[in-house]
Amino acid sequence: LDITNAKMTEREERRFAEVPRESIKLMAESTGVELSEEVATLLAEDVCYRLREATQNSSQFMRHAKRRKLSVEDFNRALRWSNTETVCGYGAQDALPFRPLKEGELFFVEDREINLVELALATNIPKGCAETMVRVHVSYLDGKGNLEPQGTVPTAVQSLSEDLLKYYQQITRAILGEDPHLMKVALLDLQSNSKIAALLPYFVYVISGVKSVSHDLDQLNRLLHMVKSLVQNPYLYLGSYVRSLVSSVMYCILEPLAASINPLNDHWTLRDYAALLLSHIFWTHGDLVSGLYHQILLSLQKVLSDPVRPLCSHYGAVVGLHALGWKAVERVLYPHLPAYWANLQAVLDDYSVSNAQVKADGHKVYGAILVAVERLLKMKALSLTLAAEGGCAGLPGTATGAVGFRENSLGLSPPPEPLSEPPLGIASHLQAGGAGCPWEEWTPVSLPAMYCELYSFFGDSLAVRFSTDPPLGGAPPSGSRQPLEGRKEPASGAPNLENTRKMPQLTASMNISPRQDGSPCMEPQPPSLAATVPGRSLARSSSSSSVSRSRSSSSRPGRSTSQSRDIFPKARFPLPQVGPPAFSFIIGGRQMGRRCQGRRFQTSFTPTPPLTTLPPRAYAHKLPVIGRVSKPVRRWTCSHYSLHLPL
Amino acid sequence: MAAVQDGPKELDAEKETKPEILSDGTSNLLGNTASGTLSSSPLTAAPAGGATKMEDQQTLIAVLQFLKRNKLSESVEILRREAGLGEHQEDSQATDGSGGGKGDGDGGDANSLLSRVSITSAAAPQSMPVKKDQPDVSVVLSAYSQQGDPSLYQVYYSGLKNFIESVLDCHRAELSQLFYPLFVHMYLELVYNNHETKAKAFFDKFSGDQECYYQDDLRILCSLTKKEHLKGNEVLLDFRTSRFVLRISRDSYQLLKRHLQERHNNQIWNIIQEHLYIDIFDGMPRSKSQIDSMSGSLAGEARREVNKAKVFYGLLKEPEIEVPLDDEDDEAENEEGKPKKKKTKKDSLGSKSKKQDPNAPQQNRIPLPELKDSDKLDKIMYMKESTKRIRLGPENLPSICFYTFLNAFQGLTAVDFTDDSSLLAGGFADSTVRVWSVTPKKLRKVKSTAELNVIDKESDDVLERIMDEKTASESKILHGHSGPVYGVSFSPDRNYLLSSSEDGTVRLWSLQTFTCLVGYKGHNYPVWDTQFSPFGYYFVSGGHDRVARLWAMDHYQPLRIFAGHLADVTCTRFHPNSNYVATGSTDRTVRLWDVLNGNCVRILTGHKGPIHSLAFSPNGKFLASGSTDGRVLLWDIGHGLMIGELKGHTDTIYALKFSRDGEILASGSMDNTVRLWDSMKAFDEVETDDFTATTGHIHLPDNSQELLLGMYHSKSTPVTHLHFTRRNLLLAAGTYNSQ
Repeated sequence: LDITNAKMTEREERRFAEVPRESIKLMAESTGVELSEEVATLLAEDVCYRLREATQNSSQFMRHAKRRKLSVEDFNRALRWSNTETVCGYGAQDALPFRPLKEGELFFVEDREINLVELALATNIPKGCAETMVRVHVSYLDGKGNLEPQGTVPTAVQSLSEDLLKYYQQITRAILGEDPHLMKVALLDLQSNSKIAALLPYFVYVISGVKSVSHDLDQLNRLLHMVKSLVQNPYLYLGSYVRSLVSSVMYCILEPLAASINPLNDHWTLRDYAALLLSHIFWTHGDLVSGLYHQILLSLQKVLSDPVRPLCSHYGAVVGLHALGWKAVERVLYPHLPAYWANLQAVLDDYSVSNAQVKADGHKVYGAILVAVERLLKMKALSLTLAAEGGCAGLPGTATGAVGFRENSLGLSPPPEPLSEPPLGIASHLQAGGAGCPWEEWTPVSLPAMYCELYSFFGDSLAVRFSTDPPLGGAPPSGSRQPLEGRKEPASGAPNLENTRKMPQLTASMNISPRQDGSPCMEPQPPSLAATVPGRSLARSSSSSSVSRSRSSSSRPGRSTSQSRDIFPKARFPLPQVGPPAFSFIIGGRQMGRRCQGRRFQTSFTPTPPLTTLPPRAYAHKLPVIGRVSKPVRRWTCSHYSLHLPL
Repeated sequence: MAAVQDGPKELDAEKETKPEILSDGTSNLLGNTASGTLSSSPLTAAPAGGATKMEDQQTLIAVLQFLKRNKLSESVEILRREAGLGEHQEDSQATDGSGGGKGDGDGGDANSLLSRVSITSAAAPQSMPVKKDQPDVSVVLSAYSQQGDPSLYQVYYSGLKNFIESVLDCHRAELSQLFYPLFVHMYLELVYNNHETKAKAFFDKFSGDQECYYQDDLRILCSLTKKEHLKGNEVLLDFRTSRFVLRISRDSYQLLKRHLQERHNNQIWNIIQEHLYIDIFDGMPRSKSQIDSMSGSLAGEARREVNKAKVFYGLLKEPEIEVPLDDEDDEAENEEGKPKKKKTKKDSLGSKSKKQDPNAPQQNRIPLPELKDSDKLDKIMYMKESTKRIRLGPENLPSICFYTFLNAFQGLTAVDFTDDSSLLAGGFADSTVRVWSVTPKKLRKVKSTAELNVIDKESDDVLERIMDEKTASESKILHGHSGPVYGVSFSPDRNYLLSSSEDGTVRLWSLQTFTCLVGYKGHNYPVWDTQFSPFGYYFVSGGHDRVARLWAMDHYQPLRIFAGHLADVTCTRFHPNSNYVATGSTDRTVRLWDVLNGNCVRILTGHKGPIHSLAFSPNGKFLASGSTDGRVLLWDIGHGLMIGELKGHTDTIYALKFSRDGEILASGSMDNTVRLWDSMKAFDEVETDDFTATTGHIHLPDNSQELLLGMYHSKSTPVTHLHFTRRNLLLAAGTYNSQ
């Protein structure tokens, strides 16, 4: 009788969720309990009742939360207050769809297994929740307002036509998808399609997603390709969107991408490509981005001068500067080099195993700088020759120069016309921007001075390349010949190999230096030296790179390299004597820590009369030897005069 | 068992036909004679006497039954002889005994089975009911267990139904009120005595007859089919223990009584005696609409006498504010600073307050905190602002500013504005409370003690100096609760904030340091609402434990516990004079409590759904309440009468607010609209004459459409809070709902 009753009950109460007897039995069996029909019936009824009760109670929580939709959380609260275990794992906001199983009459909630790896590496990382905020607006003034609902909330994609929407989906899918062929087709179309102006904001938005895929080089690459296609599309007017594009590209150049954690990932190429893209944007859309140029230079400079940034960021900054043209290199990288060099050198000199990766990165940066300054020298020389040939011969000259540059340049730096447009356009930006910004006053450094200084850093690896450049010989003014010759001489002995550069080269350059007396340099040096010792001991506790950094800044202990701006001008004193421009290497020395190798440095002053083309300043802070393995030289550790050491 | 059941059923059928004929005859007879015979008899005595007699008999029968069940046959014999019980009772007892015994046996088996299987209810279910029911053994014995033949319940009920349907129209509406409580009690009796199938049949047959506004209760009821379920269900426990109140005219009552007595329908009569309270009044029977407007609550209408207590609804005298402060005020206003003008102005401000309202409570009826200087300054600001107040009216509606909460993924559950509309607080489902500054003035913390020690305490701007400029921000987040925050309330002096949460606590936060000062524990269950008194210091909270508590800020235990609601207290509001507290509840009543003695002075019934918003009119005379059914009801507090019904909203009303002068009532709802109502007109049109006041019968004009002044839609943003600024600009708040 009970059973029939139960069946009747089931039929009657269809408006409630029912847990049939069979389910109860199944559940009992799954826990290893055998239930009789009777018990199962009773249990089923009780379960149904408890379910309803809990649902009733949970609706109260929904009402007080001022919602219309009952959430799992509400139900759990009701359970909790009735001392029942809560249901876990159903907290999703979305409704869980029931799915039918064809074989049996079974409906179930689809409970997919989630691949955590996939989830963790998903390309659509949810953006962080925006801050809860309150916005106020006057809805109705004096009680007057339309009685109709105030329009619908606009959603962006709806305003597009169906075709465009489809196109957008196809293109994004193709570009971000797996098929390389499809991607190529999509990119080609993006480059040439004349009807996609309406979609531009959406593409730009997609591209701005670089920040969320910084772990995925492939996706980053694809997005950059998308940028390139958009930039190249002649029918698109990028307008203000160019800023967004540039910021995305800059992100790829500068940010320590998540992908770069793994050394196997070739994020260098990505940065190179991004830098190339940046220059491309600048040369093709210079009118749009003109205001950005200075800003970008500043941010690149900031990255470069920030020692905390990882080397890959520095690399990005260097290639970025390189991409922005030699003027940018001259303006930002070159003056920065002395300070930066010290850091880099520290990294390169650290031979510990743990440093191997960083060191490899350091070499990358080194290479990038090398390439950049080489081009700087070449272009500067070229510009000088052009200027010398004829004041108004600028345009044809630049054209040839550009061509020549292209031939010579590595695949890395293909910016078109580095000279034709920028010398005027970019330089003007520089000056315009420089006025309002905290840049040090910048005066052009003459080519020879520059070369000398650069040579002091790079030695032969620079010279060799330079010497192959035909216009150079005639270009530099007479004053610079001397050092050039001086360097070329040993260069023949040690060609081209960076790590084969030996001390003799140094001594060769040093030999020239004592020509002038060291008197000027003594003023800044001794006090700084005195302070160096405690500074060093303090720094010892920190990481090796920071140790070397603090040590390298021996001329101004206790200050970080980023403050080098304050320091360099001190050394830039006007020299009274008017004589032939010459190099004078005044101080050189070796500094060491207990744990690290000795560090050799020397500071060169090139006192030049202010009236000459040479700038008042030529200062090199040199840590010349790359790849040198040597023990710290103990006997200098405490020496107070160690700085003044003719090598 | 099938055989046993079949027998009575056939009998039932025969019996069923008989009463129908009989009732037809008697009812007519009764209808004719009722007024003549009963007007003279002492009315209160008659039913009482009958009741005691009946009760005794029922108890005896119950004892007999008890003895029988325990196989004490000799005692049964003796008792029966001595009590002289009639034959028919014995018969019914006999059949009953067999049926009931068997039923009990089954129930016992089921119980033991359940106890064997169920793991969650660790305590054996059999021992539980015994324990639980022990305190009201008498109820068990004399009420639900003293059943007649379960199969006759349908006969009884349909007999009564036939009778009521056959009486004169004027009585029918009144007597129809009996249906619902009788139905519920009979059903529960059946369930209680383990007649599950009979209960189901009974439910199916008669549930359709009940008023539509009982649907929610019926849904709960129909899921109850076992005795074990009953004991866990608090709502129905209440229904059982409290008496359902019906208001019936004397004539109708006499009709009913006579009918029941003539038919010896003891079953129903017992229920009426035990579980119903019939409030008899002299005069015309009420119409259906009159009854409908007042009924709908869980426990029926309010008894008239509970609403007779005097309520001092007038406002307190405004404190006089010293001249020097007034001076400043005037100088700021106009630089001439004429002394004469000063006086006149002061008079105009004080005119309202100086005249003692006869309905106002004594100034010191409730000890109120003394005014601080800052409070006086604030009062002056208030007065200044109120001179610039816009006079609202049907022709002059307020502007509405909507404060939309964006990105409130965690769910906005409560909002409050300070009285001067400078701060906004939101309670969220993620346990946080956030405070925003609505003005450009940023929120700052007080400096740390170390820093405070350094401050020159003599300086004039010390109040400015103690603030830490570094902490200035537009919003602050207060962490501390461990469950959704369902209520927030600013103190009038803007130094404190209260929040009540699901975690069972009310927390007091300092808005100087933005830290939690006190956690008031006492509710132990979710606290649905809390509010500061208009004078500060006191606050009230109400929650799932069905009581409202009155607290003082410096006491960690409540000062008063307002108990009486039959279900959760969902919202709490202080009367403007701080002497009373209004609470709205899931039992669909509004109660007004006296803060002085904790008494319930008004029970207002008429809502058909849980009440989620309350608002007092600024003059303290009226109360508005809004519920899940989308209706706003207006009440006259002095008379305890419903005076208006505002229909229009299509979803729960979560916000109600009167304009500063009380001319306009704004209501905000889940249906994404704000509606403005002409409250002046609503209050004026109902003339509460003496008759209505004494009988409590009201004729509500159906004038919602005329009273609706405006309806304003938001963009899918439910309105959670409404606030009138001191200049009568309406501020609304809610969270944008993108789905």
